[in-house]
Amino acid sequence: MALLEVNHLGIVFGGLHAVDKFSLKIEKGQLYGLIGPNGAGKTTIFNMLTGVYKPNEGEIILDGMNITGMHPEKISKAGIARTFQNIRLFNDMTVLDNVKVGLHNQVRYSTLSGILRLPSYHEKENIMRGKAMSLLKIFGLEDEAYQKASNLPYGKQRKLEIARALATNPKLLLLDEPAAGMNPNETAELAETIHFVRNQFGVAILLIEHDMSFVMELCEKIVVVDYGSIIAQGDAQTVRNDPRVIAAYLGGE
Amino acid sequence: MEFLSNLVNGISLGSVYAVIALGYTMVYGIARMLNFAHGDIIMVGGYICFIVMTSLGLPSIVGILAAVVVCTILGITIERVAYKPLRSAPSLAVLITAIGVSYLLQNLALLIWGSDPKSFTSVVSMEPLRLFDGSLVITGETIVTIVVSAIIMAALTLFVNRTKVGHAMLAVSEDKGAAQLMGINVNATISLTFAIGSALAAVAGVLLCSAQPSLLPTTGAMPGIKAFVAAVFGGIGSIPGAMIGGVLLGIIEILSKYYISSQISDAIVFAVLIVVLLVRPAGILGKQIREKV
Repeated sequence: MALLEVNHLGIVFGGLHAVDKFSLKIEKGQLYGLIGPNGAGKTTIFNMLTGVYKPNEGEIILDGMNITGMHPEKISKAGIARTFQNIRLFNDMTVLDNVKVGLHNQVRYSTLSGILRLPSYHEKENIMRGKAMSLLKIFGLEDEAYQKASNLPYGKQRKLEIARALATNPKLLLLDEPAAGMNPNETAELAETIHFVRNQFGVAILLIEHDMSFVMELCEKIVVVDYGSIIAQGDAQTVRNDPRVIAAYLGGE
Repeated sequence: MEFLSNLVNGISLGSVYAVIALGYTMVYGIARMLNFAHGDIIMVGGYICFIVMTSLGLPSIVGILAAVVVCTILGITIERVAYKPLRSAPSLAVLITAIGVSYLLQNLALLIWGSDPKSFTSVVSMEPLRLFDGSLVITGETIVTIVVSAIIMAALTLFVNRTKVGHAMLAVSEDKGAAQLMGINVNATISLTFAIGSALAAVAGVLLCSAQPSLLPTTGAMPGIKAFVAAVFGGIGSIPGAMIGGVLLGIIEILSKYYISSQISDAIVFAVLIVVLLVRPAGILGKQIREKV
């Protein structure tokens, strides 16, 4: 059974079918690309998968559980995490605390033991710090752990967002334009990081990206949307040669 | 010596303002709303403590605990009933609702407890402290107020900065959407903020009534507004800002009462607000955000 199964997903804004009959199957540990021209509905699909928007039609099944229309925090618990097109870190908090927010549901202690600073509080906080630090190490951010997130350079902020998303222990990680604004070196490094994350954590990854060569090289399967509907689906080779994809990107008949 | 005595009294009054201002600032930071009913929670806290101590004849500690419990429940209920349905409404609608809740609480108090002032028995039974051969007398209320407020402020700072739930509150205040996508229950976090703010207001109410022992349905209104000024003064949304703003405002009020005029001391307090808004619109510790054009 597929990890994520999306069937005939649709959403209407006013009279506009922003996304229509979107279906997708992602296997465990798969690297999947979601591409399409600007305004095609890619981020809207992410927003439906994470519960920010409630779809008007269709269903989303994650690991056998129907999560359609659930609240974002429930979907996060169910195992979908994401990053954002324009970075949305908690800027006033430290790098370490950002990751610890991601661990919110992984470690539990009562509010009362936090107020009274009981032994269980110290024990659990130590566990959280350890987990967060080991995530930061993976992304080479351990030296900046106590800096404010807003003081990190752009590339590292992107990495921190991925680290924070992974802290929620997801089965499926959604990356919204992870390579946006990166130079070729950073992009190459990012591709390595994404491979590493997939292998290390065994998560499936669905990513939106405009950098075609990046997607074509990285992703095992690609789905192309335009005007809210799927126009092509398959491996890089298939998608690259699809006449509708070429038309959508280059214009023409 | 007079100056020292005034300073101590100012710090004492100011620390009550600070404790109330914390409620204002935390709620603003998280829910982006000005809860103008916050001051009236103080009054409810005062009445509950009064009833338990005077009518039921129970010890003051029971009165304080009862006030905290009732105000916490009241705060959460107000948020659920009046503010939560307006979560995505324009801020003006929420503001007017808050003013409405404030009048509702005042008039309910008028209905239940009447308009004649109740004389509140101080919860503090400490002997005044006499320093410098009795030339500086500090009342027990003043000492207890300063100590209790300092403990509350330290505990709250530790709670917000060092615990998981505190981090969740900070995360929600920065970016509700992103926090929710990290698995944080935003509604529960907002409820908790109202609970903490209201519990603090109850404590402030008891301290305030112990220092100024005449209890009326409008008792909370003025300290509430002044604490709001303190929160803006310190930088609304900032927890250390509320503490600094509260203490400074208390000192300004007492000193201007003594050295300038007791009649216009309130006017001076509000003039401070106007000056702050003109010179440093974001307050002492608020972030000065340059609008990007």
